[in-house]
Amino acid sequence: MSEKKIYGLMAEFENPNDLVAAARQAREAGYVKLDAYTPYPIEALAEALDIHDRRLPAVVLGGGILGGLFGYALCYWTSVVAYPLNIGGKPFHSAPAFIVPTFETTILFAAFAAVLGMLGLNGLPMPYHPVFNTPRFALASRDRFFLCIEARDPKFDRDETWAFLTRLAPRVVMDVEE
Amino acid sequence: MTDGTPRDTSRERPAAPSGAILAPGYTFTTLTDKLASIALSRRTPKAWFFGAFVGFSLTMVLLFAVTWLVFRGIGVWGVNQPVGWGFEIVNFVWWIGIGHAGTLISAILLLLRQPWRNSINRFAEAMTIFAVACAGLYPALHTGRPWLDYWLLPYPNTMGMWPNFRSPLIWDVFAVSTYATVSVLFWYVGMIPDLATLRDRAKKLRAKVLYGMLAMGWRGSARHWQRYETASLLLAGLATPLVVSVHTVVSFDFAAGIVPGWHATIFPPYFVAGAIYAGFAMVLTLAIPLRKIYGLEDFITARHLDNMAKILLATGLIVGYGYMMEAFMAFYGGNPYERYVFWNRLGGPYKHMYWALMFCNLLAPQALWFRRVRRSVPALFLMAMIVNVGMWLERYVIVVVSLHRDFLPSSWGMYHGTIFDWATFVGSIGLFLALMFLFIRLLPMISIFEMRQILPEAKAAEEEA
Repeated sequence: MSEKKIYGLMAEFENPNDLVAAARQAREAGYVKLDAYTPYPIEALAEALDIHDRRLPAVVLGGGILGGLFGYALCYWTSVVAYPLNIGGKPFHSAPAFIVPTFETTILFAAFAAVLGMLGLNGLPMPYHPVFNTPRFALASRDRFFLCIEARDPKFDRDETWAFLTRLAPRVVMDVEE
Repeated sequence: MTDGTPRDTSRERPAAPSGAILAPGYTFTTLTDKLASIALSRRTPKAWFFGAFVGFSLTMVLLFAVTWLVFRGIGVWGVNQPVGWGFEIVNFVWWIGIGHAGTLISAILLLLRQPWRNSINRFAEAMTIFAVACAGLYPALHTGRPWLDYWLLPYPNTMGMWPNFRSPLIWDVFAVSTYATVSVLFWYVGMIPDLATLRDRAKKLRAKVLYGMLAMGWRGSARHWQRYETASLLLAGLATPLVVSVHTVVSFDFAAGIVPGWHATIFPPYFVAGAIYAGFAMVLTLAIPLRKIYGLEDFITARHLDNMAKILLATGLIVGYGYMMEAFMAFYGGNPYERYVFWNRLGGPYKHMYWALMFCNLLAPQALWFRRVRRSVPALFLMAMIVNVGMWLERYVIVVVSLHRDFLPSSWGMYHGTIFDWATFVGSIGLFLALMFLFIRLLPMISIFEMRQILPEAKAAEEEA
């Protein structure tokens, strides 16, 4: 048995059903610091792992509101305060005309909030992560499904957790080195 | 007609049953390997070299035309009084319209939960970005001093000047630049999981490093997927009103003017429908050769072509309704100038253009009512080409024919594109092809992770869970 510090234990499954079932059992067994790695999004897995992060929509809403305010303020300030131009006798504060740039900046800011928010909350870009130390992990982006119980879990014990994962009938259980 | 089998029976493998969006027999493994190999393989199909050669050669034509333009000024184009907007605005509207189908497929069909979009969304999005890039070229060059184009943007400057936000032209700057930016974001975010697949499948170090950097350390964590899916849905929700707004704003460039033939309230919806129409024609134009060259008939099936043909037919009818309404308003509105513009389209010096347009956009696509046509690959390709030409003619009729005879007969004139107009147009097609071929070679042109979701294995898991 290696003396290297480990990040956790990883079990490899052949199909999504086994992974979802295993994730559910791991939660029931009392593990909390665990994550699953799959080649495509599986809704049932998010439920099994009890993942519900509702922050992103709020971030996007914030971005949208900020963009809208910025767009309208830009139109208003330039057209009324900084550089008032008489265009065909139209009022300096031409609200209907300002709607178009305001709409576009709303969408622009909200889209940036969605992308940067998603990356930020996911902690990406991440140049190094221990799970990649497992050679078989490359299959997580192809056709295999992984469940990882992390060493920082209060219930984690290398031998006990190894035995637990083995009972879930995975293809293989592996150490994930830190 | 009970016989609904596809016409292209030349393939050796059993064809996907008509109606299927994916040929049977694929697993996560084989699907991933097949789609990833397109970008990772060392062997590039001969047809790729041919296409890329054509694209790059025409790009050289573009560079030549633009160099001459910058050297001599926009007098090298045929634009002058009274037709100050010639090929360049025609091409601008044409290209930007083409882009719309990509966003429609990636955003609107995602919100409508149409899984058949999964095999065509990626390259349709790429098409959007490259089409918008070609479109953006034209107004940028048309300013006459393209090196001062940043004056269009609102930024504090020593001249103390700001753009006029009451002008549809500045709305266009905002709409098109936002559209380009959001399309790139959507496209890139959609590619992250597939870039991770390429990173993990790549054999060569250079490919590993490059795809690795682009994938940003994506590891397919369930927590990440949950936020990723939320972000995709929200982006789709944002892109949907955006795509409608873009061609609406483009139509405001015309509709907000008083030129007879432009000043019509039907313009925004009719432009948006026309954009989707043109865009789907271009998606078909690209999809049909691509599936042949790369043997992707298993993923882009007869069902996909059939669905796209139906959308082409439906939007074509909306566009036809727009033409009818334009004619109706010209007469019902009682404005003699509007009425004259209409007669001038029908029988004036550009009447050939108008009747060719009617044939291409209104008459010819009616063949798509027949299943036999929708299921015939060569017929569909021909239809798509006809619509591509027709939509270009439509913008030509709107821009040039309306401008060349306005209120005062003393200021009438004729417009013809010069060799440099044509060179810029053909050159932009080259740029588009060149970018498209580079994309196909280097990046995953079919969304691998979204295709995994429509595999029977994934479906079974969903039902059980």
